[in-house]
Amino acid sequence: MVSYVIRRLLQAALVMLVVAFVSFSLFRFAGDPVNNMVGQEATQEDRRELRERLGLNDPFPVQFGRFVVDALQGEFGISYRLQRPVEDLIAERMPATLELVLVSAVLALITGIPLGVYCGIHRDSWVSRALLTVSLIGVSLPTFVIGILLIYLFSVQMLVLPSFGRGEVVQIGWWSTGFLTFSGWQALILPSITLSLFQLTLIMRLVRSEMLEVMRTDYIKFARARGLSNRAINFGHALKNTLVPVITIVGLNIGSLIAFSIITETVFNWPGMGLLFIKAVQFADVPIMAAYLTMVAFVFVSINLLVDLLYYAIDPRLKVDRGTAAGRLS
Amino acid sequence: MADAHTSAPGLLDPLRRFLDGDVWASFKRSPVTVGAAAVTLLYFLAAAFGPWVAPHDPFDLAKLDLLDSLIPPAWMADGDPRFLLGTDDQGRDMLSAIIYGSRVSLLIGFASVLLSMVLGIALGLLSGFVGGAVDAFIMRMAEIQLSFPAILVALLINGVVIGYFKTHPEWQVDQVTLAYVVLVLSIGLSNWVQYARTVRGSTLVERGKEYVQAAHVIGIHPAKIMLRHILPNVMGPVLVIATIQLALAVIAEATLSFLGVGVPPTEPSLGTLIRVGNDYLFSGEWWITIFPGAALAILVLAVNLLGDWLRDALNPKLR
Repeated sequence: MVSYVIRRLLQAALVMLVVAFVSFSLFRFAGDPVNNMVGQEATQEDRRELRERLGLNDPFPVQFGRFVVDALQGEFGISYRLQRPVEDLIAERMPATLELVLVSAVLALITGIPLGVYCGIHRDSWVSRALLTVSLIGVSLPTFVIGILLIYLFSVQMLVLPSFGRGEVVQIGWWSTGFLTFSGWQALILPSITLSLFQLTLIMRLVRSEMLEVMRTDYIKFARARGLSNRAINFGHALKNTLVPVITIVGLNIGSLIAFSIITETVFNWPGMGLLFIKAVQFADVPIMAAYLTMVAFVFVSINLLVDLLYYAIDPRLKVDRGTAAGRLS
Repeated sequence: MADAHTSAPGLLDPLRRFLDGDVWASFKRSPVTVGAAAVTLLYFLAAAFGPWVAPHDPFDLAKLDLLDSLIPPAWMADGDPRFLLGTDDQGRDMLSAIIYGSRVSLLIGFASVLLSMVLGIALGLLSGFVGGAVDAFIMRMAEIQLSFPAILVALLINGVVIGYFKTHPEWQVDQVTLAYVVLVLSIGLSNWVQYARTVRGSTLVERGKEYVQAAHVIGIHPAKIMLRHILPNVMGPVLVIATIQLALAVIAEATLSFLGVGVPPTEPSLGTLIRVGNDYLFSGEWWITIFPGAALAILVLAVNLLGDWLRDALNPKLR
């Protein structure tokens, strides 16, 4: 157990190091930071001095080491475009994105699981066929098209929901939350539906196929033979055994929700990190790109690690077969 | 030995089986697939012959008339029979713009699928054939890249390439070409992993087979064995992946263009059309954004259905 945890931790650290290296290389590829910091009229002497002061003349490993040390302390430099420390900008935008992601994940779970269970139990009913067809169409519709359709229906035609922004927010310390106001919740509805739809179809299909699998097993047949009620069989026995893969997928997808929130935030002008990142890409604002990448990677790696360790805790079989446990990530 | 030499079985096998009747029969049996194939073909033809089939040339500024701007679709009260799907703010015929847009979208889609396919096959072959440290390195890279959503990787590459060309003005590329290059690079480079993994898997299987050992024994150069002997035999699944990836590439292109880091509005793709049209949604001109959106969704759905069917028909084990 201990050796496994240590190995996974080392693996995670290695991935983070690679990501940090990629982020760091961004600075080299996407232009000279000095050019981005000084004006047109700066002399060669100024530039040279600035280069020296920023440590850009140091050997590559020294610069990379400094980048990693700074990144560990949450410092990523000054945004070229906004001329403010990147960590402040990200901290400002983070609550908006995380609230959106949280609501979307919950939404996807509380609708996806029941629909999946239904489709798994009544596999041949027309409702579940219809649901599956709709979910295929849902997968084919790009996120932003869904968002636009929702805006058109609910904001332009029916005039019932706002189409952009977060509504009124309440500041609690450095965290700004939209959960405490009515307009905040209103503003959350459309973006969170948009963001959750893809995950919803994913969860629904996953639960459905897992249910179909479980329903075939002997212990379900035995439970039926014992005369247990359908309800007890479906939810008490079958669903319980489908939840481990569901939890894994949902956990791993929290990361992609953060990444996909870039699109949703653009459609709904949601003032989160995704919007910040996309502006940074448009203007090649490298410090923000590097910080965002590192941060998202950190979230990904932590969740991956957590899910792996949870798996290990949940499923006792893995403790015997250590090889499978380590190989699961691949 | 002679068998492996004379033909490219991997490439021709699906075709032969197709003509044998099994696959063709399953194609004919599934009306959904026939429909999807018809729709896809229609898009391809419209894209290939865009300038000849489009009712108007949406980029010929001389022919645009501002009096024709913002006309609703032909069947609505203020519609104009000349413009079946209405016009945008500059008087461009939406149907023609969509045809030209599909052309751009599909072009970028094909180019980036080609790029990721070539890259993925090369790395997969190398990985499976050489093995050892090379294999470990390539597969580790694949794992790391795979743990991030493709769209994020694409955005990142996009930002880097934009930054690179900004600071290297000596390349002298115009806006539109640059946008194409950026898109193809970012979508292509973010999707090679699937191919590499599949090709590596089949290469590992093929490597142990007798014809490869025989080729080794008679002293054929390893590079030649890799390309001439193994490659044709691992192509089957690649074609299936490529079909599904085409749909994903078209979505990725549209998404990037919608996010404003793709094709510029002067020569719009479907994603750019949706983005531009989005601004008119609130003033009630829904057709400027909804029609390109529908065109995109239908194209992607058709290609997806085709890919699903192809996967089941060619290789049930891929599921």
